[in-house]
Amino acid sequence: MYVAVKGGETAIRNAHRLVADKRRGDRSVPSISLDQIVNQLALAVDRVMAEGSLYDPELAALAIKQARGDMIEAIFLLRAFRTTAPRFGFSEPLDTSNMLVERRISATFKDLPGGQLLGPTFDYTHRLLDPELAGDAEIPAPELAEAGDGVMPRVTDLLGQEGLIEADADAGEEAETGDLTREPLSFPADRALRLQALARGDEGFLLSLGYSTQRGYARSHPFAGEIRLGEVEVMVEIPELGFTVSIGRIEVTECQMINQFKGSAKVPPQFTRGYGLVFGHAERKAMSMALVDRALRWRELGEEKTAPAQDEEFVLSHSDNVQATGFVEHLKLPHYVDFQAELELVRRMRAKHEAAVRDSAGQDESKAKQQEAAE
Amino acid sequence: MISAAYNFAYLDEQTKRMIRRAILKAVAIPGYQVPFASREMPMPYGWGTGGVQVTAAVLGPDDVLKVIDQGADDTTNAVAIRGFFEKTARVRTTTATAEATVIQTRHRIPEEPLTAGQILVYQVPIPEPLRFLEPRETETRKMHALTEYGLMHVKLYEDIARHGHIATTYAYPVHVAGRYVMDPSPIPKFDNPKMNDCEALQLFGAGREKRIYAIPPHTEVVSLDFEDHPFRVQEFAEPCALCGSTGVYLDEVILDDRGGRMFVCSDTDYCTSHRPSGPDDQSAAEWENAR
Repeated sequence: MYVAVKGGETAIRNAHRLVADKRRGDRSVPSISLDQIVNQLALAVDRVMAEGSLYDPELAALAIKQARGDMIEAIFLLRAFRTTAPRFGFSEPLDTSNMLVERRISATFKDLPGGQLLGPTFDYTHRLLDPELAGDAEIPAPELAEAGDGVMPRVTDLLGQEGLIEADADAGEEAETGDLTREPLSFPADRALRLQALARGDEGFLLSLGYSTQRGYARSHPFAGEIRLGEVEVMVEIPELGFTVSIGRIEVTECQMINQFKGSAKVPPQFTRGYGLVFGHAERKAMSMALVDRALRWRELGEEKTAPAQDEEFVLSHSDNVQATGFVEHLKLPHYVDFQAELELVRRMRAKHEAAVRDSAGQDESKAKQQEAAE
Repeated sequence: MISAAYNFAYLDEQTKRMIRRAILKAVAIPGYQVPFASREMPMPYGWGTGGVQVTAAVLGPDDVLKVIDQGADDTTNAVAIRGFFEKTARVRTTTATAEATVIQTRHRIPEEPLTAGQILVYQVPIPEPLRFLEPRETETRKMHALTEYGLMHVKLYEDIARHGHIATTYAYPVHVAGRYVMDPSPIPKFDNPKMNDCEALQLFGAGREKRIYAIPPHTEVVSLDFEDHPFRVQEFAEPCALCGSTGVYLDEVILDDRGGRMFVCSDTDYCTSHRPSGPDDQSAAEWENAR
């Protein structure tokens, strides 16, 4: 006889034991080390750090291992740890023009001060499976150039000298930056908060939304003004000292998207910007973020709102994959109380429906009989 | 590496303070959804993170905690949440409704009337009763502010026009203290009357949606209806197959693939405490054995 699943405690314990066993897999295969994950699955580590909103490669690697490679589960693990960490304060804004650049490309200028620097990229590779990688083939050391003098002006700054592009928004001295991990998001959200949400938003979701803007849903004529990848210093003001000190370097990807703008009565025609900044090496995410950021600025730029990517409530309420996966997967939880209520209702409605059908059939029959009698 | 040392009931004191402030505000404005800075919890969103945060914020070392899901103490998620607080707060737990000082629940209100001093914490998936009529938060907040609940009444009226009765069976909207229309969380409407003039404090936590709301003790809670179509709760044709109780909410258990089924109490604590004990209690014993 089948009855409802009861005695959950033992079952849960055994399920967790089984998943630990599956995670380890064949014991004759060596266990994967965190070093291996950090070094050889670096882009996975980067994604988990970015969407987990915590810059710590080793913890991200641990999360990936614990999650058996399930990225969203790993992101969730890192988030749940992050939320317990104390917050000391804010850093100064990152100065990406002082980046130790590893890659920097612009699609808008053939050459520019600092040059185009391809760096480590999949672009232009032929996507042919490489059987040699299945083994442990010797990999030649890379060809490295001398580090430059460090100055690599941003494309947007170069355009800005002519006033062709909108300037960086000025937050003002007293402006406080919100923190969506400490205050609930309310709408309308300012751009800083929107960017925070996008920075930790799901790569796939942002990719699809960004893609939709290219296909005509809030078209914004984007150009990849610049994408740069490299290390930047994180500067923090220490109240006891009264000045800022560097607390370390982090690797980030920045994307400045340049978009058309017709201008208005007050503003002459100029290019506008969409901005993306992501932990680690994450170009796809940074570009998608920039596209969506630009789409969300319709109100500020006096544009018409026509598409999902422009709808701030829609985008920001659904971009967080930890929230999304939790709610979608909660459908696995028992719902039999509610289902029972629906079951009872449907049975009642069906009974009524059958009675009505019977009644009308009966009426038809008696009508037919009456007619017969009349004839 | 990390040595996992967590605060009492997992959350740090600053966070608890923030949640308690939201709770106080919620108690002061019954039925109003107070935004709060919901944290990522070590269980997924949608699995009771709101309820867990509220419980963590109100729990003290002397509290006795009961956790139910679908009315049962032994459903998997209830077991997991109870285990979480046993581990992080080391509080005493119970399955007896009367013994508990804090009861966290998903989808049910216990059959046994709650008493003064008890706190009932609901897990809430979608706190906004108007959400499926208006998806935008900016709009629904405005509608609450203006007490603009016409849309909800139109929806209920359309139900009646189409089906002859209101077709909402759970998460049935209520009017709290004559002001706010509130989502009672997905409890069956059978439980709605228990919210009215309840002696216990009722707290609602929605983690993913970052909202807390409350019904203070002895608050008037009215299920929405019309004069000519008064609110009515579900009635079951037969009593509980195990304890024989009537006037309680029952779960349908399918016994075989030939249409065999039985109805048993959804509130497991109520059912066990009302089960006739003794050697002649055949049905209960048989059922237990079959398990």
